[in-house]
Amino acid sequence: MALDATTVTAAGPAAAPAQPRLSLQRIARRRSTIAFLMALPLIAVIAGLVAWPAGYAIYLSTLNRRMTEFIGLGNFQILLDSETFQMVIWQSCIFAISAVVLKALLGFWLAHMLHHIPTKGQRIWRGLLLLPWVVPPALSTLGWWWMFDPSYSSLNWLLNAIGAPSVPWLGEPWWARASVIIVNVWAGTPFFMIMYLAALKSVPDQLYEAAAIDGATGWQGLRFVTLPMMRNIISITVLFSLIVTFANYDIVRVLTNGGPRDLTHVFASYAFQVGVLSGNIPRGAAVSLFMFPLLAVVAFFILRGVNQRNREMA
Amino acid sequence: MSATAATPSAAIPGLGRRIGSLRKERRWALITAYISLIVAAIVMLAPPLYMLLTSLKTSAEISNPVGTPWIVRNPTLDNYWALISDPMFRGFFFNSIKVTVCVVVLTMVISVFAAFSLARMKFFGSQVLATGVFLTYLVPDTLLFIPLYQIVGALGLLNSTWGLVLVYPTLTVPFCTWIMIGYFASIPKELDEAALIDGANWMQMLTKIFIPVALPGIIAATIFAFTVSWAAFVYPTAFITRPDEMPLTIGVVSQLIRGDTFAWGQLMAGALLAALPPVIVYAFLMDYYIAGLTAGATKG
Repeated sequence: MALDATTVTAAGPAAAPAQPRLSLQRIARRRSTIAFLMALPLIAVIAGLVAWPAGYAIYLSTLNRRMTEFIGLGNFQILLDSETFQMVIWQSCIFAISAVVLKALLGFWLAHMLHHIPTKGQRIWRGLLLLPWVVPPALSTLGWWWMFDPSYSSLNWLLNAIGAPSVPWLGEPWWARASVIIVNVWAGTPFFMIMYLAALKSVPDQLYEAAAIDGATGWQGLRFVTLPMMRNIISITVLFSLIVTFANYDIVRVLTNGGPRDLTHVFASYAFQVGVLSGNIPRGAAVSLFMFPLLAVVAFFILRGVNQRNREMA
Repeated sequence: MSATAATPSAAIPGLGRRIGSLRKERRWALITAYISLIVAAIVMLAPPLYMLLTSLKTSAEISNPVGTPWIVRNPTLDNYWALISDPMFRGFFFNSIKVTVCVVVLTMVISVFAAFSLARMKFFGSQVLATGVFLTYLVPDTLLFIPLYQIVGALGLLNSTWGLVLVYPTLTVPFCTWIMIGYFASIPKELDEAALIDGANWMQMLTKIFIPVALPGIIAATIFAFTVSWAAFVYPTAFITRPDEMPLTIGVVSQLIRGDTFAWGQLMAGALLAALPPVIVYAFLMDYYIAGLTAGATKG
């Protein structure tokens, strides 16, 4: 508000003393009103398209199939009792955790390698390695699907060429699970790489110099300088990716569509199967709500990490 | 350290060896780096490359299992021509462009105004709203598509691209607002003071100062909104079942796969054509693209 006071006095030094105070109040009132109006579309989007549907999902999940009757937690109970859904929970966890761990490790490794080469060459490598992230995942998964095709698999051709036996990529449950993870890791690693590279670049060189003078080996430099400096960004990236991977839909939809025998369904694809394709909207809503607790926990930690980071940078 | 300082004569030969091994170590590190990057590049680029190879083959060549599938013997553009001359495929393209343009414009208007208001003007509850924006960004579309399916259905917008224009902002607005808040907040306060002294109103301050100064951020946010709405998959799969209203992603996935014998060449050509716009944007605006990607974490 001091800002407006200087403005007003600067604009009208000859005005009577009572007048600036009056216009000050008016501006103050107008300022927050304008601000609110400017943010109104955003509030409408958040309230109408995110908060309200989220609440509506909770309401929907308590209805029976024809949405005529309130059945409380019936849908959740039926789901938890069904063997298929227990498999979906397992598969979602297996998929998300292993994919995120692999992405984080590979991304860290690649970011490090990229950081090591001369700066001039980094651009082109970064450009090439980021490509999988740029292609819409549903479309690149089509390419993978074709490479996994049982009769014409080009990957199996490569395996056979080095003397390895063919792999039933999408036919066997465990291979199908692995395939889904492979595609997700392929598409998601560049994101980790780029985030970690940005973080690596923000570590001051002096720290490494100081460590080197103290006789630190490369490994110790990584352990005691790089990792602590990147700790925050690593955790934010991992947590964020955990949400995205947990909620992934396109890869499973295109690659296996849940098969073989519903063993590769994750929450999202199963919710789609139950809610939209089989027309049981309430139960579909219940399936997707199972993602919510994880989401809340992860969001809490991300928010804490972001706030910490803001404080450190301020 | 104190030990080497105490016996300098003993340290010197050791130091010499140390420097030699350091240089060697560094060379090995460089070689390891290049080998890793080459292997990674091969793995990362193989699937798109194989899609390209397949799209250049005839169906006869694709179904002929003799020899390696990794080369093209009789390259042909037939698959691309077949798609481009197919009105249904052109319709997908048109729908995607329509939805994407609408969503990008809508998103940028909403998020620039909101970010300006949240970063600079503040009002009752604006801090809560800023946190809310970030939290909304974390809510995945797969959590919302079933209630939204009901809501869009109640509005009579199922099987319509306008339904998509309505719901896509849930994917784009939170993140774009979030990074714009970061960009706007980094603009020095002296600039707005100068503008206020010169008698600018809030609107002029936004259009004459904030938008030009934060242009890189706006470009990054626009690219993000574009990529996300172009690649959106969950919502169109749920809401659109009529081919003439489908955008590209779902159109290619659901309509080019027909029957038991897949037209693989055409499918791959379609996927590549559909992936082309984001790849072109990326090729020309890579730095902005990466800035947008990392902004969420480094600015936020």
